[in-house]
Amino acid sequence: MRDIKNKIKRSQIYQKLKKEKTTNEIKERKARRKQEELQPELKEQRLKQNQQKTLETLREVDETIVQGDEEVEEAEDEFDGYFKNGVEPKILITTSRRCPGPVYEFVDEFVSIFPNAEFVKRSSQFEIKKIIEIANSRNYTGNLNLIPDLIIVNHDKKMPNAVTIVHLPEGPTAHFKLSSIKLNNNIRGHGKLQDYKPELILNNFTTRLGHTIGKMFSSLFPQQPDFKGRQAVTIHNQRDFIFFRRHRYVFRNGEKVDIQEIGPRFTLKLRWLQNGLFDTKYGVFEWVHKPELDTSRRKFHL
Amino acid sequence: MQLIWKTIAFNFCAFKVKTETQNFCRNEYNVTGLCSRMSCPLANSRYATVKEIEGQLYLFVKTIERAHTPKRMWEKIKLSKNYTQALKQIDDELIYWPEFMIHKNKQRLTKLTQMLIRTRRLELKTKPKLIGINKKVERREAKREMKAEKAAKLELTIEKELLERLRKGVYGDGIVNESTQAFEKALDEIEEMHEQDYDEEYEEEEDFDSLEREFVSDVSDEDVSDIEDQGEDFSESDDDDDEEEQPAKKKAKRKLSLILGGKYINVEYEHEQEPQQQIHNW
Repeated sequence: MRDIKNKIKRSQIYQKLKKEKTTNEIKERKARRKQEELQPELKEQRLKQNQQKTLETLREVDETIVQGDEEVEEAEDEFDGYFKNGVEPKILITTSRRCPGPVYEFVDEFVSIFPNAEFVKRSSQFEIKKIIEIANSRNYTGNLNLIPDLIIVNHDKKMPNAVTIVHLPEGPTAHFKLSSIKLNNNIRGHGKLQDYKPELILNNFTTRLGHTIGKMFSSLFPQQPDFKGRQAVTIHNQRDFIFFRRHRYVFRNGEKVDIQEIGPRFTLKLRWLQNGLFDTKYGVFEWVHKPELDTSRRKFHL
Repeated sequence: MQLIWKTIAFNFCAFKVKTETQNFCRNEYNVTGLCSRMSCPLANSRYATVKEIEGQLYLFVKTIERAHTPKRMWEKIKLSKNYTQALKQIDDELIYWPEFMIHKNKQRLTKLTQMLIRTRRLELKTKPKLIGINKKVERREAKREMKAEKAAKLELTIEKELLERLRKGVYGDGIVNESTQAFEKALDEIEEMHEQDYDEEYEEEEDFDSLEREFVSDVSDEDVSDIEDQGEDFSESDDDDDEEEQPAKKKAKRKLSLILGGKYINVEYEHEQEPQQQIHNW
C-alpha cells in the first residue's frame, strides 16, 4: 500500500481494507458464538487458552510451594500448641521507645483488631528481650500461655513504620514493614466497630514461609469467632504484600453479600523471620529479605 | 621556659580557648584543661599527664633531660587496670615531683576510670540501630504495592470468600438475616399496623382542628397555680385522677415525620390529651 503515491487513493484503499477486517471479525464472532452455543466445551477451551498474562500466572516456580499432601507433615511446629489446645490468644501490644502521638492513634485502632489484646505503654527502661522474659515467666508461673504473642509497633519520623510479632514462649519472630496506613475515620463509608470476635480470611499464602506467616497471623485470632457479629478480618497476600482489611458483612438472600469496611487498613511486607525469640544479634534467621531477592519481578516468597 | 609562657599568656597560643570567665587549653597533654602557668604542657619542661588510648590508661611523663629530643620527649607508662594500683604507680613514678602535678594526675586518673566504667556499661545496653533507607527501593516498593493492591481486587475476593463460606455452611444458623424475606414480611406488618393508627389519628385531628400547625403555650391559664406543685404532680402522675385534672397541661405539640410509601407527612399529636392513642412504637 505504501507504493501508491496518490494520497487520496491510498487512504481509500486503507479504509476499505479496514472495514473488511472489522466485518470479518464480526462475522467470525457470530459464527463462533453459534458454534459455542451448540458445544459449550469449546468456549471453555477458548477461555482457558486466552488467559491474561499477569505476574501471578507468570510466577516463577518456587519449590517450597506447599502441595496438598505436604500439609500433614508440617503440622507440627511452634503453633501446634495453640491450634491443638484451643487456647484463647492473649496479645501484649507495645511500641518502640518514646512514641509520638500519631503512633498511639494507630496503636489504638490496632489493639481493637485483636480480641484479648492489651496495650502496655513502653517505658524506656525495658528492652524487648526483658519484656519477653517477663511475659514468658508469667506464662509458666501462672496459667499456661497467658500471653502467647507480643507485638511491637516501631516508629520512624513520627509515624509507625514496622511491626514485630513475637510468638511466645519459643518463637518464631517476624518483622514486617508497615505502610499505607489508613485509620477508620479516614475511610469513606466506614462502619462502626463492635466488640465481636472476627472470623479470619487468609488468602494466598502458598509457600512454606507463607504458611508459617499465615499460621502466625491466625494464631493471633480466636479459633471460635462470633458469627453473629458478622465481622471478618482479611489478611490477603498478593505479590508478597500482605494487605490487612476488616469488614462487616451482610448476606442478601444467600446470593449477594454487602460489605462495609472498618478501619484500620494497612499493608505489611515481611522483612525477616527468626526461628527463636527476638534476638537481632545472635538469633537464627530463617529468612531475611535482601535487595538481591528483588531482582526478578516474578519471584514471590510467600 | 619563661619565654614560652610569656608568648602563650600575652601573645598567642593555638591551643588556647578564650571565654569570658577563664581560658581553657585544648592541648591533648594538658592535665587539667585550664590555661595557666602551672598546667601548661608547653611552658613546663617537667610535666606529667594521664591519657586514655583505646580503653587503656597511660601515664605520660616529660622531663628536662629529654627536652631536646621531641621524638622521645614523652615517656609512656602503662597504668594498671586496678584503680588503687594505678594510684600507687603514679605516686612511684612522680616521686619528689611537685604536689600539684601528682594531685592533678590522680584526679585525672579518677575521672578517666569513671568514664571507662560508664562507657562499658553503656556498651552493654541495647541501643536502636539506625538503618539506611534506599529511597529508590522505597519508591519501587510503593509502586509495586499499589499495583499488587489493584491486582488483589480485595473487596471482590472477600465477597467471594464470604459467599463460599455461606455455601459451605460455615455459619449454620448463626446468621440471623441471611434470608431477608422474613425480615421484610415483619416490616410490612409493622407498617400496616401503624398505617391504621395513623388514619385514626388523622381523622380525629381533622375534627379537632382544621389548622395543620398551631403554637400553644406550655402552661394554660388555669394551671398557673399548679406549677409550684409540679414536683408532687410528677410523683402522683400514676393516678388516673391526676391526669384527668390536668388535661391541658403540657400541650406542646410534637412534629413527627413518617415515611409512608416514600412520602413524608407531618403529623402532630397532643402529647397528653389522649394518652391511650399515643403512638409509641415509632
